[in-house]
Amino acid sequence: MSVQVHRSNPNSRRALVGAGVLLLVAATLPFWAPAGSASSWMREFVEIACYFTFAMMWNLLAGYGGMVSIGQQAFFGFGGYVMLMLGNFAGVNPFVAVPLGALAAGLIAVPVSFVAFRLQGGYFAIGTWVIAEVFRLSFANVSAVGGGSGTSLTALRGIDKATRETATFWMALACVVAAIALVYLFLRSKRGLALLAIRDDEVAAESQGIDVRGMKLAVYVVAAFGGGLAGALYFVGNLRISPDAAFSVNWTAFAIFMVVIGGIGCIEGPMVGALIFWALNKFFSDYGTWYLLGLGLLAIIVTMRFKQGLWGWVQQRRGWSLFPTRRQLVTGD
Amino acid sequence: MFGVMRLTNTAQGDFIILGAYAAIASLGAVALSPWVIAALLLPLAFAFGYGLQRQVLNSTLGRDPLPSLVVTFGLSIVIQNLLLQLFSADPRSIETEGFNTQSISLPGSISVGMLPLAILAFAVAATAALQWLFNRTQLGRAFRAVSDDKEIAELMGLNAHHVYALATAVAFVLIALAGALQAMRTTVSPSDGPLLLLFAFEAVIIGGMGSFWGTLVGALLLGITQQIGFRIDPGWGIWFGHIVFLAVLLVRPQGLFPKTRG
Amino acid sequence: MTPLLEAKGLTAFYGDAQALFGIDFQLTAGEMVAVIGANGAGKSTFMKAVTGLVKTQADGIRFQGDRIGGLPPGEIVKRGIALVPEGRRLFPSLSVEENLAVGGFSKRPGPWSVERLFKLFPILAQKRAQPATSLSGGQQQMVAIGRALMSNPTLLLCDELSLGLAPIIIKEIYDALPAICAEGMTVVIVEQDVALAQQVSQRIYCFQEGRVSLQGRSGELTREQISQAYFGISAEEAPHT
Repeated sequence: MSVQVHRSNPNSRRALVGAGVLLLVAATLPFWAPAGSASSWMREFVEIACYFTFAMMWNLLAGYGGMVSIGQQAFFGFGGYVMLMLGNFAGVNPFVAVPLGALAAGLIAVPVSFVAFRLQGGYFAIGTWVIAEVFRLSFANVSAVGGGSGTSLTALRGIDKATRETATFWMALACVVAAIALVYLFLRSKRGLALLAIRDDEVAAESQGIDVRGMKLAVYVVAAFGGGLAGALYFVGNLRISPDAAFSVNWTAFAIFMVVIGGIGCIEGPMVGALIFWALNKFFSDYGTWYLLGLGLLAIIVTMRFKQGLWGWVQQRRGWSLFPTRRQLVTGD
Repeated sequence: MFGVMRLTNTAQGDFIILGAYAAIASLGAVALSPWVIAALLLPLAFAFGYGLQRQVLNSTLGRDPLPSLVVTFGLSIVIQNLLLQLFSADPRSIETEGFNTQSISLPGSISVGMLPLAILAFAVAATAALQWLFNRTQLGRAFRAVSDDKEIAELMGLNAHHVYALATAVAFVLIALAGALQAMRTTVSPSDGPLLLLFAFEAVIIGGMGSFWGTLVGALLLGITQQIGFRIDPGWGIWFGHIVFLAVLLVRPQGLFPKTRG
Repeated sequence: MTPLLEAKGLTAFYGDAQALFGIDFQLTAGEMVAVIGANGAGKSTFMKAVTGLVKTQADGIRFQGDRIGGLPPGEIVKRGIALVPEGRRLFPSLSVEENLAVGGFSKRPGPWSVERLFKLFPILAQKRAQPATSLSGGQQQMVAIGRALMSNPTLLLCDELSLGLAPIIIKEIYDALPAICAEGMTVVIVEQDVALAQQVSQRIYCFQEGRVSLQGRSGELTREQISQAYFGISAEEAPHT
């Protein structure tokens, strides 16, 4: 009797084809969209792409790695600032500086982890917030990047608006695809299975020979890299950076919101969450404080009633899975 | 709250600010001394904390720290924006008719402010009260038993949900007290909450988890560290406190007077 | 005579996994009954089901004629059932005396008190203020038994008293049982040591894979019968018990 491990299912194969078509349509947007709106659509997409990438990384860290952090904005801002410094002071093309900023964020996650990993659970969450505050205050005191009030990305001054926006748009598209692909492939690999084992029961996983410490560090670094990528990209689009904007806890708050509403621990969840967030943002953000209040209440209610988020609820009801990472044992004779 | 039920209340600082604003608002409505208002707020806080735990927070408890974190985080956002809506972003405070400027003269021409002294007295009294509550009362025994082994505690007849709610109620009495004192000491604005949370957290880690006196010592050390930082350069005051916290975490992660096991 | 405790067709689940498949069990007041069986046979699950730590169907168990299935543990303790849990499970943050005091939270009228327990187990009086988990295994078992007795139960359930203890300590603990039973207490013990169980109890139930495989008076059951019921194989094939 032979046993096979199956991963994809008819729904996921259809989804893959659909995604491919969607990607093609999106990539050619600058060419077919009506003149006036192309610019604003692209800007909106870049913004939501940053939110989404950041949320995916937070999901990887918390939903799969089991490490709930309220301090990922440290890497978001760090990536942004490194990109800016490379662009303004080292003459590096900002679009090239984006992945470099991400790399820097990934690298600095290593020493940070020495401190952060001393804590567990809820204490880990708040500890990471403290670390993010240290990042913020540090950058706020460096006058070379404008101190507390921040500075502008001057390195892009020479390029015309249309080209800049199109390039940023494509970069954002690439980031979204890369983020999804990275997480999906990682989880399908043997390391991904190890990660799920750790999440469920650390002690048991260790007794099976899994290097728990190494895995957690790997996930933390990857999440930091992704966070830095989102940050660097955001500020290429935004052109102006400041410590309060770069290291604001709101980034993590929104990421948590998207992941929790959409569904934690699965890939489709943050996608659903990001779409809902974008829609809410578009229609209600004019209401300022009431809007934020509403978001907070929504997060509370969804957490209490739909523990698995909206996608998780659908998944339980219908068994749908577009990005299946579960392995099914199929016995064949 | 963390010791008894492993619940991380990310909104703790915001609840303190909420308490401060409640005191400020009541002062505006009723013509009583601020100290009387603060005393009246305490039983209200007790009831509020009990209700909050039973209705909202009890359902978030479990092995996974995420639900309680998300819900309290959501509460933090709700409180901040509610206060912003009701009171605007202008800083407010409680007038104590000059109490906050009075001082005692000590030998060596050092003068110590009356209000800071009073706050220190409250802190010491509160710590002693908590210590007594946990170690010498039946309720404290219930707290410890339920936190050790919820299943067996229920076997003895203890109602875990009720015990948790009482723990939160006690916590909220302290939160209300802290809020009133904070408003007397300095100005408060709706977004001050998170920083207070971080300070409280740092004090617990520096002092050692599971020890009430340890937390008091940790808080004093943190305060002194921040003041030293402020003296060196105003921009680095709080940063310096954070760095010392991280240093303690690196060098002696269990804190100065640790008591709990993990 | 109405049985003190009666289970009919009792089932119990851990999530989706069924652990008990229709247990029939009867206990009259004043008896000492032993439950034996291999690991995983369902003995502890049965204890937990009786005390409400594991959910069962509402009419699966009757105590003194009343249905207790599905009631919360606190309720069941108030009615007079106490459990000495497997592995003792004392409260580490509490002293010996405090552990006993918590046991008395659901105090019912009866002869047991902290002083009386200290007379039964004198060594505990000496260590009353120490953290309960700093005591030796045998002493901790005494605290666990004492804690259960503090609620003055009519039925005492003891889950694997001898687990991890040296033979001389086991003897000491079992020697104290008659003093407890003399008051008219009914006792059920779960034991891995079959010989000990036969020695101490009047009747035996043997569990196997969530079912009762044998029951009878301790003196009347043969080694062959017990082996068969315990392991499902004959005495010649069984490892020496």
